[in-house]
Amino acid sequence: MNTLPSRYLQLQGISHRFGYQRVLSDIALTVHPGEAVALVGPSGCGKTTLLKLAAGLLDPWAGKVDNHFSRTAMMFQTPRLLPWKRTGENIALGLKALGVGKHERQLRSAKLARRMGLTPADLDKYPAALSGGMQSRAALARAFAVSPDLLLLDEAFSALDVGIKSELYALLLSERALNDSAILMITHDLMEAIRLADRILVMAGSPGQIVIEERIDLPAQARDEDWLFTRTAHFLRCPEIRSAFGLPGTKKENQS
Amino acid sequence: MNAPPGLPGRLLAASGSVLAYLWSGWGSLASLFLFMAAWHALAMVLGSLILPTPVESLQTLSRLLHDPLAWEDIAITARRALTGFLLSLGVGSAAGMIAGISLTASMMSRPIVTLLVGMPPIAWLVLALLWFGAGDGTPVFTVFVATFPVIFVGAMQGTRTLDGQLRELSRMLGLSFAMKLSDIYLPHVLSYLFPAWITALGTAWKVVVMAELLSTQDGIGAALAISRSHLDTPSSMAWILALVGSLLGVEYLLLEPLKRRLESWRQWDESRP
Repeated sequence: MNTLPSRYLQLQGISHRFGYQRVLSDIALTVHPGEAVALVGPSGCGKTTLLKLAAGLLDPWAGKVDNHFSRTAMMFQTPRLLPWKRTGENIALGLKALGVGKHERQLRSAKLARRMGLTPADLDKYPAALSGGMQSRAALARAFAVSPDLLLLDEAFSALDVGIKSELYALLLSERALNDSAILMITHDLMEAIRLADRILVMAGSPGQIVIEERIDLPAQARDEDWLFTRTAHFLRCPEIRSAFGLPGTKKENQS
Repeated sequence: MNAPPGLPGRLLAASGSVLAYLWSGWGSLASLFLFMAAWHALAMVLGSLILPTPVESLQTLSRLLHDPLAWEDIAITARRALTGFLLSLGVGSAAGMIAGISLTASMMSRPIVTLLVGMPPIAWLVLALLWFGAGDGTPVFTVFVATFPVIFVGAMQGTRTLDGQLRELSRMLGLSFAMKLSDIYLPHVLSYLFPAWITALGTAWKVVVMAELLSTQDGIGAALAISRSHLDTPSSMAWILALVGSLLGVEYLLLEPLKRRLESWRQWDESRP
């Protein structure tokens, strides 16, 4: 059913500026159903702006955003849980907005939370009583609670330690498979993009543009650590990527 | 907070927090008794014409309270203070939130609020006497005008500081306007409003007595004026005790438990403003 072109996200000819400062120039990008796309780039290249445009939180200065997915969820850089609601209520908030009844949404969010490694006792606590890792799990659970067919990730894992990161990657991949969600993620961590994405778009420059597109055909579940390190190292030797991130020694790498 | 979920667990946690609240009263009682001791010592030195001892004052108070007329005075004062306070609670909260939503309105209101805060209540009282004469209008108006800026500023700050991140979140979750109000805006603004309300309530009690002392024939303020003219220090002290007691009653039996109930999440979140 996902071969139908009825659900997709398409950005065409997107340019954006804040005041007189141009931040994005002529960006085109399509996310197909079930596909994971990563936007990688150095800080300040306009990644976050692009994601906000895709989410509809900003209106583009020029160009068109077509979101034909039926339900879009977003996970932010910080968990953004409401401090005055218990964790369980936070997870169920999107369901409440959809008009799901109280009992039903408690049941569904508790089930999802259990898969995320949150105990019923955790759900009864206020977010401030949870550790950072637990808060991120709750934020991921809140995003997946509405069974989104498009999930937007705004550097959602950048502030976490490697252990929690790899657990959340696994949870993300399994929930994604369960809901058959498409993903559009932005990150400055190349290895994260290579681990999770089917397609990697590298952004650079000011105003930001997409400079390279790279497809990864190995399914995300089949990618192991060795493969990941090799692929990342290979990626980092690519001169366009080196110059995009402003890494030194672009010429030397060219020779080898 | 580690109580098991479900109704029995919640009940247990609720009764536990009531007990904890009552237990926390011992500290306040201890400091109150220390204060009484100091008062007593001072009264011994100065003599009872200038400063009656706490026991004497309490005895006078209990004698006063046997008179139904005294209860009437207390009720009149409480009615005036609460009317003015509730008026400014309603108008101030609503106006402050509206001013907080609009940048223009909050910029325009700032100097006016500064003016209102700086204006001494006694000046308002003189104006109110000219406008309303010697009735309920004068103390109620003075209380309203003295407490309004406090509540207005609290409501405005609360609305202005609502996180843009939470706005984005509520948009992404597709919250309806009603849900934005009940789940995002109100809980946030309440945490600014409550301290403002409590401050305003204290102000209301002080101002109403001042207004009564100068403008009316009944109420605690008028009773104070009478006992002053009779050079009756013990009954002056007794009236002051009645005043402070009724304020503490309203604050700790009504507002504080309500605040604890609504803001139970905050005990985990002390780092926030």
